[in-house]
Amino acid sequence: MAMPISQQNAASLGEATLDFSGGDALLRISGDWILGGSHTLSKEIIEKLPDGVKRLSFEVSALGSYDSTLISMLLRIIKQVQSGGADIDFRSLPDSVVSMLGLAVAVPEADAKKTSKRIDFVNRVGVRAINIISNTKDYISFFGDVTIAFCKLLCGRARMRGSDLMMIIQRSGPEALPIVALISFLVGLILAFVGSIQLAKYGSEIFVADLVGIAMVREMGAMMVGVVMSGRTGAAFAAELGSMKVNEEISAFKTFGISPIEFLVLPRIIALVLMFPLLTIFADVIGALGGLVIGVGMFDVSYEQYSSRTVAALNLVQISTGVGKSIIFGLIVACIGCRMGMACQNSSSGVGRATTSSVVQSITWIIVADAIFAVIFTIFDI
Amino acid sequence: MRERGGMQEDVFKIENLTMAYDDYTVMQDLNFTVKRGEIFFIMGGSGCGKSTLLRHMIGLIHPAKGAIYYNGKNFSDATAEQKQDMLREFGVLYQGGALWSSMSLSENIMLPLKEFSNIGDAEAEDLVNLKLSLVGLGGFGGFYPSEISGGMAKRAGLARAIALDPKVLFFDEPSAGLDPVSSHRLDELILQMRDCLGATVVIVSHELSSIFDIADRAVFLDAKTKRQTAVGDPRLMRETGPDEVRFFLNRGALPAGQKEKSLI
Repeated sequence: MAMPISQQNAASLGEATLDFSGGDALLRISGDWILGGSHTLSKEIIEKLPDGVKRLSFEVSALGSYDSTLISMLLRIIKQVQSGGADIDFRSLPDSVVSMLGLAVAVPEADAKKTSKRIDFVNRVGVRAINIISNTKDYISFFGDVTIAFCKLLCGRARMRGSDLMMIIQRSGPEALPIVALISFLVGLILAFVGSIQLAKYGSEIFVADLVGIAMVREMGAMMVGVVMSGRTGAAFAAELGSMKVNEEISAFKTFGISPIEFLVLPRIIALVLMFPLLTIFADVIGALGGLVIGVGMFDVSYEQYSSRTVAALNLVQISTGVGKSIIFGLIVACIGCRMGMACQNSSSGVGRATTSSVVQSITWIIVADAIFAVIFTIFDI
Repeated sequence: MRERGGMQEDVFKIENLTMAYDDYTVMQDLNFTVKRGEIFFIMGGSGCGKSTLLRHMIGLIHPAKGAIYYNGKNFSDATAEQKQDMLREFGVLYQGGALWSSMSLSENIMLPLKEFSNIGDAEAEDLVNLKLSLVGLGGFGGFYPSEISGGMAKRAGLARAIALDPKVLFFDEPSAGLDPVSSHRLDELILQMRDCLGATVVIVSHELSSIFDIADRAVFLDAKTKRQTAVGDPRLMRETGPDEVRFFLNRGALPAGQKEKSLI
């Protein structure tokens, strides 16, 4: 007796054979038809179907256990036979099979199939160019919105909660100190190590203090803070705002007439712009300490000599170049993180893409900005 | 209530179950059974612990006290392999469909099929098309979850839940967010699925029309006492059940002729 899978025992081979007499076809189904079991494939049966079948009936006296595997096979064959205009005699099929087949054909298949069109090279370039232009427009519009929000803040009219700003400052400033310390200490250490080996050839190991001090203060301090914060805080901004967009929290702000730029983006930008210079100064000091460990520990340089050389090598202009750059880097990381979050697609994979793009774009633009600064400083001999 | 044969055997047995989050007890002393082939509703007011009970039944949360038996086997005592075998027999439709957003509808259904069987691509594709057709989404296999409506996502979630022909189907608030017509169609679909697949169905819902339309039996969870107040046919409960159950099933009003008293 035929039974649903819930009552199945050990599966036997499921077989389906076709008999013809005139225009009548009889499909004999036997054995177990369960998921993962061995059975005749529907395409094998369809291949044996002759043209001109007028009527299809079934014989199921030897049918064992079954599940959707049987229904799926029958559905495929019935559709094939019906497309040739044949009648189907369902009478001998079990009731549950007939009702499931009925359910499967109750709603006609929608003509919604997606066709994957092959896009040629020229079109791809065109689409990419249009995307770049529209992205640039979106960025300009985003910066415009942020500028307006900032002006409102200066006039005391922006809707921004001080507690939010403090919380973001806490998360992006003090909580970032350990990772910034580790990275900048190691960078200082590496610079000193590589530099002092070269300088030792000329007997001038003492100048490793100049090398590490100037490199950290002018370039590496701000750059390392930028890279670390892109991965840490910029990505967090993108993921946080992206999830809020998916959960329609951003729409909820808009429906209350509260600008999400003022309420969500502005405190994040202000927090990073405030924290980046402080983190950079911190990174500079820790980087110099890293250099000192190598200078004093591995070469014949005393602590006093190293520190006095570092102080002599640096001046306020050099410190200002690094700190000044870091403000721009902070602006880049915060703006890109927030913009990616706000432009995120409404799905969890969209949040992932927004986060990835935020990190990649932030680091890229930090390096581009640094190159521009290098050119400007060279021109003005700073 | 529809008459169905073989509905006497217990599939689930909940015994002195206490559900808790850390020190906070959600419900205590739950005792009821779910019989094979029936449509069983877990009902109660918002926040009373209905979804938590469902999570306990599918083994996502460990009971604070008591036990849940599935086909006579205690979930808590089961080894990882046994638990995996039990879970393989369950299909769950989550509130929002919980479709994997990075996969198309076809891929969502294909994944469990491919993971738990060794069928070929052509056969798997036929099965995916069948499941989509069963929920009225034939032809939508290439769409991504973000491209379809909430009702369609729910039906696609159902297609994924029935991918492996489960013996027990769980629904968490299936009607939530659906218009009355879609909600009624989903009820019909649940009924047909039960009849076609021969599955036992457990539904978390406070949608009264669904409860009266398709429930065989139900348990009522009372948030105030943190206990179950009644188990049985909800149509009978509406007339003869405890006050709070009648209050709930009559949409906040006790039937005419019965003494009103404040239950809030």
